[in-house]
Amino acid sequence: MCSLALFPPPLPSGQTTLCESNNELLSGGSGTDDRLKQESSPLSLYFPRESLKLHCRAESSSKAAFLDHSETLWMRSAAAWRDGGFTGLLDEITNSNTEVPTWLSVSSGFTLALLRWFSSFHGSLFPHLTMSSEDMLAEFSQVLNWSDCVVRAFAWHPHADKFAVALLDDSIKIYNPKSATTPTLKHRLQRSVAAVQWKPLCASALAVACQNCLLVWHVDPCSLSTRPSSGCAQVLSHPGHSPVTSIAWSPSGSLLVSASPMDTAMMVWDVAAESCVPLQRVGGGGVTFLSWSPDGSHVLASTPSALFRIWETRMWTCERWPCVKGRCQSGCWSPDGSRLLFTVQGETLIYALTFTDAPAGVPTCTSKGPQAAAVVADLSETTFTTPDGNIIIGGEIQSLAWDPTGERLAVLLKGDLQAADRPAIIAVFKTRTNPIFELLPCGFVQGELGAEARLMQFHPNFQHGALLTVCWSSGRITHMPFYFLSAGVPHFGLGGSPSLPRPQERPADFANQSLFTELLS
Amino acid sequence: MYPNMFSAEQSCWFVRKVICWRAVASIAWAVLLLPSITAVFVILSRFSLLHPIQTVSECLSFLTSASAIFSFILLCGVIIMVGFLNLEYYTVVPTIACSKIALLGQLLHPRQFVNSLAHCIMGIIVAWCCAITIGGRFETIGYPCTQGDGTDSSPQMCLNEYHLILLLAGAFVGLSHSLLGVIYNMNYVSFHTVQQYKYLRFKGSLPLLVKCSATQALYSVRNYIVVYLFLGYVPKAWICKTLNLHLNSSVHPLDSIAGLLDLNLLYQLWISASFLLLTWHITLLLFRIFVTEVYSFPVQSSFTEDAHQCLPKVLTDKQPMILKFLALQDLALLSQHSPSRRCEVFSLSQPGGHPHNWNAMSKECLSLLADLTQRLITYHDTVATNGRAKSLSTGSERKTSSETSDDPMSPRPTLLMRTPASVFARSIVGSPQSPLTAPFTPDLGSPFASPALRRLTAPADPCSPWFGTVQSPHIMRRAPKLWSTSTDSQGNGSPLASPASVPSPKQEASKPSLLAQFLQNRKDQVKHFLAKRVLIMYLFNKLPEASSQALFADSQAHIWALEGLSYLVQASFSEDQFGVVQTALPSILSSMLVLQEAVDRHFKLPHASSKPVRSASSMGDSTHKTLRFALRATLKTAIYRITTTFGNHLNAVQMSAEHRKRLQQFLENKE
Repeated sequence: MCSLALFPPPLPSGQTTLCESNNELLSGGSGTDDRLKQESSPLSLYFPRESLKLHCRAESSSKAAFLDHSETLWMRSAAAWRDGGFTGLLDEITNSNTEVPTWLSVSSGFTLALLRWFSSFHGSLFPHLTMSSEDMLAEFSQVLNWSDCVVRAFAWHPHADKFAVALLDDSIKIYNPKSATTPTLKHRLQRSVAAVQWKPLCASALAVACQNCLLVWHVDPCSLSTRPSSGCAQVLSHPGHSPVTSIAWSPSGSLLVSASPMDTAMMVWDVAAESCVPLQRVGGGGVTFLSWSPDGSHVLASTPSALFRIWETRMWTCERWPCVKGRCQSGCWSPDGSRLLFTVQGETLIYALTFTDAPAGVPTCTSKGPQAAAVVADLSETTFTTPDGNIIIGGEIQSLAWDPTGERLAVLLKGDLQAADRPAIIAVFKTRTNPIFELLPCGFVQGELGAEARLMQFHPNFQHGALLTVCWSSGRITHMPFYFLSAGVPHFGLGGSPSLPRPQERPADFANQSLFTELLS
Repeated sequence: MYPNMFSAEQSCWFVRKVICWRAVASIAWAVLLLPSITAVFVILSRFSLLHPIQTVSECLSFLTSASAIFSFILLCGVIIMVGFLNLEYYTVVPTIACSKIALLGQLLHPRQFVNSLAHCIMGIIVAWCCAITIGGRFETIGYPCTQGDGTDSSPQMCLNEYHLILLLAGAFVGLSHSLLGVIYNMNYVSFHTVQQYKYLRFKGSLPLLVKCSATQALYSVRNYIVVYLFLGYVPKAWICKTLNLHLNSSVHPLDSIAGLLDLNLLYQLWISASFLLLTWHITLLLFRIFVTEVYSFPVQSSFTEDAHQCLPKVLTDKQPMILKFLALQDLALLSQHSPSRRCEVFSLSQPGGHPHNWNAMSKECLSLLADLTQRLITYHDTVATNGRAKSLSTGSERKTSSETSDDPMSPRPTLLMRTPASVFARSIVGSPQSPLTAPFTPDLGSPFASPALRRLTAPADPCSPWFGTVQSPHIMRRAPKLWSTSTDSQGNGSPLASPASVPSPKQEASKPSLLAQFLQNRKDQVKHFLAKRVLIMYLFNKLPEASSQALFADSQAHIWALEGLSYLVQASFSEDQFGVVQTALPSILSSMLVLQEAVDRHFKLPHASSKPVRSASSMGDSTHKTLRFALRATLKTAIYRITTTFGNHLNAVQMSAEHRKRLQQFLENKE
């Protein structure tokens, strides 16, 4: 079952995908006026790499810039304790063996060796523990090639038309088409941003996952200030809980969960009170990715090993899901929270888990789910012939995104960075969740020449269908509308019916061919 | 809650049927956990690095001995006693001392004295058990010794100071535990936002508990050592005299620096203190976990004799507080998670077709919110107008008071929850003293003068449905006050409840006589005189942070009321078949918006910190310090929940122009 074979072939190079209308993806050349139209859209942004002021040195390397110092042993020990903790102290004592008694240096050297042996043993169980925190962020981030990406995180506001962009220089910018000011958020502790997310049911709060802590910014939407002071940010930190790779707000806006690959506990924060409850379970060696279901009833928490958990949020119990091959790389929930799609590292498949609502009156067994995950799509490598030669598309999956109406599913394929004919590309599926789950091909989303998709997110409340925002490797952010009439979600009569091109029934050969339906499986 | 503990609470069905059993269960678990903790303690206290196997065999032989079993029974008795004290002294609304003198009063309150004494005695008992367990030189209080130079060696009993120092350490740690409990509000039982099963919650907080106990034991032992160094001779001499023991002059006395520099002794003191605190803390933790467990009340019952146990009835009960809190918690949870129970809330009564359930619940929640709003306005008023009395003309006062006296008095919701400060003031210091503290309220400056408040409390559209619930004669009757009566005047409950008993500003206003003027001046003089004395200022100065905390001490109830209301309103969009919620929507929105304005105003006061203070982890629960921030966030989320659910439909809701403007801000996501 190879799903990509049914897709329309990718565009020739130089063409970019613009939008979906009348059931097909429209494209435009790079030089045409379509291109200009996109450029003029107020929310399309471009961050050239050169414009960012990067700090090229790490914090610890500043030591070398200063003259050699002759501090006393006590001072150095205290500094080592402060900087490197217990191992740093032992290291310092072992190294300064001319000043300390022999027995002390020997015993500390022995303890250090023992500790290292033990930690290497521990590290062999969980190899990710030996990584540096930057590498860890790059490994577990949802962004493709995170360490080299200009746009490191992106988040639409769930209610208002604004979004936050975290850039390579550790600043966050907030764009709002209705306001002239673009606040830039900078904080001493805001380094290596792995994820940002707006608090639901709140206009101002933005949670930021940083290297050492969590920040919750309160950016007053009416304020005219372009540089909110760091006093507007709440710092949430817990010893041992860093780097933070993933965060998720509860859809009701009351709780925030955060995950760190170094910490086996998942933190549930009450942000207003700055208090947290660690939820600890044995196994996994950390938590890497979190996703809260839109109805608020479940949280997906994947670990660095071949295991993920699904927490039920009423009483915070979890069920374990061991995977066969690798860790759970990404996952997304259907809008009603009844279905979870996820991908596993090292595999090219998309799996689905279905949760049925517990019957009313039996509150405790809400976490009883299915017994096994079903394969819904196979994205193994497929060769397409284009005017420019053969292109191989498929392979491992970096991230998944499902639009809020539940009708489009975007899949970011990793590709191969080195090989030119294996680009990272976004494959979009049409999906249907009611009455049965169906998956149909839609097409590939491509950017301008030389730009690869790095990160994508759907707009949370686009009126006329779905709006996919893609951040490209070139530093460009574009928005791709998919115009369709949503069948499942009732419109509350707020926006009226969409006045945009209506999809007509134009059966195309490939588009009508279903890739997966629940009836087949 | 203090005075009528026995009379009101014991008679309540809930305390009898639920709380008592929960307490018993928690004590039973604490007793069941005791053997394992004791075993760990025995091993740690007798451990010797050089003879590990001998240690194990010694421990095993000790654990089966008669003295060990006897001391274990004693320990069980202590645990049961601690559990009983927990049940007796717990509170869901923390008592927050607003000034140093109030804290002092709390510490010296007779009720607290009994608590301290009990803890002291229990500390001695535990320490005695520890002495038996450790054995060796600690085991007995007296030992036979030969006094003198060996020539007239008559056998005597000498005092074993090691035993004594351990017993006194137990007493000291028990006392300090009890006193610290007052300072850190250890008897305060807080509710968690994250629901977990009891076992998992216990397991999750156990490591922190052990750490807390060990550090607290360390500090207590340090303080104890210092005290013993200087005052150790007093109990020593007293014990010698009463028990007819002698001091062995050949042994080094322990109340000296050399005597106390004994690492083994310090280790044993510390490990015993840790053991003592750990067992008590575990009992406390289990009690908290069991008592705050969610209790599911039926929404409606088909039998009339059970009607008093149903949620609408239980919500309106004032006492005991724990019942009200659990009911509100249940309301918040059912509104969030349980469609079938929500359906019962929205249902109509069978003969008659009235939404009694919804009406009772929404009315209770709204009155809670209105109560908080009023409290905030009063507080703000006293702070803002403090010390500005004379600058305002008396004429306007007269006008306001005469106007309001003609108003038909709307029935003011009686204050359900007293501010803890006032409870304290009544029960401990006594009411005559409360005005004494008042003159020393610092003049915080008043950039937020009353015009701004006027707007807040201005009588809006009188025909709007919320008019009666929020506007109370008390607010409109506000006149510039001479000094702050702070929250106390508000919280005293009964005197202000009837409009007839607020005559003071009125009388003063109508007779600006010479006598009043004279009294005024006298008061000012006394105030100025006393204000110059540093100690008095230190004792009586209000702690701004604490008074803000005290204002929001019971806000957990308001948070649940807000959550419950907003979730119910959200659910009503699709689930409410009869439209029962619609009728209350204007009043819900208005009371939320008024509260929002009052809370905003409170956070703009100069002394109110805008961010929660990081508190070190200790056994005392610091949730009450952050309640106001949680309330602010919950309030905003609650309004947003309603606006995002209903969207522009809210434009059809009838409300005052100002509230509409305010609501528009929320609709446009600009708050």
